[in-house]
Amino acid sequence: MDTLIQLDDVRKVFEVRRRAGLLRRERRTVRAVDGLDFEVAHGEMVGYIGPNGAGKSTTIKMLTGILVPSGGRLRVAGVDPSRERTRLARRIGVVFGQRTTLWWDLPLRDSYELVRRIYRIPDARYRANLDVCVELLDLTELLDVPVRQLSLGQRMRADIAAALLHDPEVLYLDEPTIGLDVVSKVKVREFLRQVNSERGTTVLLTTHDLTDIEQLCKRVMVIDHGQLVYDGGLDGLHAAGESERTLVVDFDRELPPVRITGARSVRTEGPRQWLAFPASTSAAPLVAELAARYPLVDLSVREPAIEDVIARMYGGRGAAALSRE
Amino acid sequence: MRLYAAVAVRGFRRYATYRVATLAGVFTNTVFGFIVAYTFTALWSVRPRLGGYDLPHAVTFVWLGQALLMTTALLGGGFETELVERIRSGDVAIDLYRPADLQLWWLASDFGRAAFHLIGRGVLPMAAASVVFRLAWPAEVSTWVCFLVSVGLGVLVSFAIRYLVALTSFWLLDGAGALLLATLLATFFSGMVLPLTVFPGWLGTLARALPWSAQLQVPADVFLGRHRGTGELWALAFQAGWAAVLLGAGRLLQSVATRKVVVQGG
Amino acid sequence: MADAEYPVGRRTALFEPRGRTAAVRDGLRGYLLIAGMWVRSTVVYRTSFVLMTLGNFAMTALDFAAVAIIFGHTRVLGGFTLTETAFLYGSSGVALGLADLAVGSMDGLGRRVRDGTMDTLLVRPVPVFAQAAADRFALRRLGRITQAAVVLGWSMTRLHVAWTAVNVLLVPVMLLSGAGIFAAVFTTGAAFQFWATDAAEVQNSFTYGGNALTQYPPTVFAKDLVRGATFVVPLAFVNWMPALHILGRDNPLRLPGWVDFCSPLVALAVCALAGLAWRAGLRSYRSTGS
Repeated sequence: MDTLIQLDDVRKVFEVRRRAGLLRRERRTVRAVDGLDFEVAHGEMVGYIGPNGAGKSTTIKMLTGILVPSGGRLRVAGVDPSRERTRLARRIGVVFGQRTTLWWDLPLRDSYELVRRIYRIPDARYRANLDVCVELLDLTELLDVPVRQLSLGQRMRADIAAALLHDPEVLYLDEPTIGLDVVSKVKVREFLRQVNSERGTTVLLTTHDLTDIEQLCKRVMVIDHGQLVYDGGLDGLHAAGESERTLVVDFDRELPPVRITGARSVRTEGPRQWLAFPASTSAAPLVAELAARYPLVDLSVREPAIEDVIARMYGGRGAAALSRE
Repeated sequence: MRLYAAVAVRGFRRYATYRVATLAGVFTNTVFGFIVAYTFTALWSVRPRLGGYDLPHAVTFVWLGQALLMTTALLGGGFETELVERIRSGDVAIDLYRPADLQLWWLASDFGRAAFHLIGRGVLPMAAASVVFRLAWPAEVSTWVCFLVSVGLGVLVSFAIRYLVALTSFWLLDGAGALLLATLLATFFSGMVLPLTVFPGWLGTLARALPWSAQLQVPADVFLGRHRGTGELWALAFQAGWAAVLLGAGRLLQSVATRKVVVQGG
Repeated sequence: MADAEYPVGRRTALFEPRGRTAAVRDGLRGYLLIAGMWVRSTVVYRTSFVLMTLGNFAMTALDFAAVAIIFGHTRVLGGFTLTETAFLYGSSGVALGLADLAVGSMDGLGRRVRDGTMDTLLVRPVPVFAQAAADRFALRRLGRITQAAVVLGWSMTRLHVAWTAVNVLLVPVMLLSGAGIFAAVFTTGAAFQFWATDAAEVQNSFTYGGNALTQYPPTVFAKDLVRGATFVVPLAFVNWMPALHILGRDNPLRLPGWVDFCSPLVALAVCALAGLAWRAGLRSYRSTGS
């Protein structure tokens, strides 16, 4: 496997100045990223998760060359992003969550035309790429619609396409599914999977939605307080954090807390009960047994929140479980 | 009433948070004040008593203009852009269901803003000017009181005009053109470019009778003590009259617009 | 995504080494492309665009109406006639208008830093300066240029000036140098906003304030103000210095005659300084991210 992204003890320190009194200002240094070491190989699809303020965005900004690291060594495709930002820009694609790069008042097609000319994409290649994006992301009907008339989900799909027209080697996505409807989420995930597997584009995505990671990434990195606290498969993450999913069941009447193997009752509220079970096991046998033994009306499965998983990794198990409800 | 007071306080606080922007604005007001004050000095040195002002009067007029520029929102920059945006996006429909009157609600918020701008943007340029130029300060406390009332009425007239202009975006697709036109008229006919007493012939008579004069010319003349005795009251009555007429027109237009929203469902 | 027709190796073809001239070329090209997009965006609201352009014209025209009213009360101001003042007014207005058209929208930079959209400019293969300068490019600013050009043209037909080759040549040189000086002020103001994101209004003091200053004769102002406008923020070179030569007037600061011809050099110098300020601002942004 050849390495595409390489971080070696990368650090980023900010100096924050706070007003303390009328004229006096307090200076404080914040280690946003504190000694990151990792590598990403060509063609990988990696989930990059962590609580708010953990250093995710700072990392992405250093990888794209926006921010200059305070220390350490950082290479993307063999170059130092902060030194050769403009040149590297041709080889990377970036989608910043809700900050669109599309032109509000113009038809979507015009935004893509601009990308073609700014990145100097050869005609044939542009057409081929656009065709693929339009088909897979279901944009055919939208090409001649002004961007301001697109829904959030449509705009995100359109933004992702815009980031891929120039055949980037690596695609950075910052919260690509935040605020999207279910259909759009599914489409975006399906598309990313395809881009990654068929074209070999390396993908690094930050998200708050563990389902994104579950369905897309074999590898997940967890950052907290600027440091990498986990790097491995999703199963391992659940195991490491002993993370639990929650089955929320509605019975037709109030019942005493149910006793069932493989799950434990964590909460009861009228006819509704909450059952926790390990995230690494399937909910199916549990549901089957519940349905056989109890008057079941409705049920849903809640995924563990990232904050929960991380809290559990540090043993804050009880507190995290309580704070969720 | 408590609600509107709270809205006004929020309007004040909202602008008070931007300290750097306020300082930047004060700097700009001061620079412009200097430039215009020198041109007026040149003009009044060849034409002393022009427009009924002596030189300190004329220079004071310049600085009052800079001090009140933001307060009476001669260049815009108040609530109107926000209201236009809410009308355009349809969010105004939500405002109409609030248990508050749309016009009073925005008026309260604009008064909060004006109060901040009077203090934050008005005081410092005047102070800077008084170091370099000889200004004509009011001799009596009553003049100061009258001036403050006059500024308040000026804000009221200014609000009423901008409210009317903003409401036009219920019918016009894009409010920017109307807002620009409003700014144009306000700067020229308020006395911001030149005192209206210097405008020639019929143009001067017309300009002094139009509502925009209530935003700068009248408060400045009150400050300079050009209205004596009952004259002062007449000046305030002139402002109040325009305020009543324009606020009434705003009410009328608002009810027409509301009906339009209700019928079209937003 | 790309199929067999475009093997992976071809990608590197986009990644050729580029020098400084290439960066300038890329910048200009990117500027024109982005400005073009803004023009097309404004044309979507055709009526509004026409109204705004006319408004822009009217705004500055009212400015001149004030000058006309002043000269209705006196024949000379600071020793200058209406025609001579109109020459100053027109040249200053054209210079500011050109700079405003080219880079005037940069005053929105602080907003981009605040809302985080600055980052989207930094990941494109076009110099950030070009993108920031083209941001919200507004063709309606032609309104100001047109108005000022009309006043300038009118004054030139009525001036009693010996139109020697030097004087004739000095007019376009003055306008372009003036535009360069104002552009440098716009750029410095934008660079300042990397640190003080709320301070967009400060630069108005020097751009629109500079315009208000140089549209009147220097004799109107206190000597210290003129000195400041000559040696500190060299707005005097926008039009005063070359225009005084054309009008055959004495230099207000009794500077030697060759100073009248220094505008292009001053423009180059302040543009270079503005470039340094811009780079420092961008560097600061990239180390603090805010």
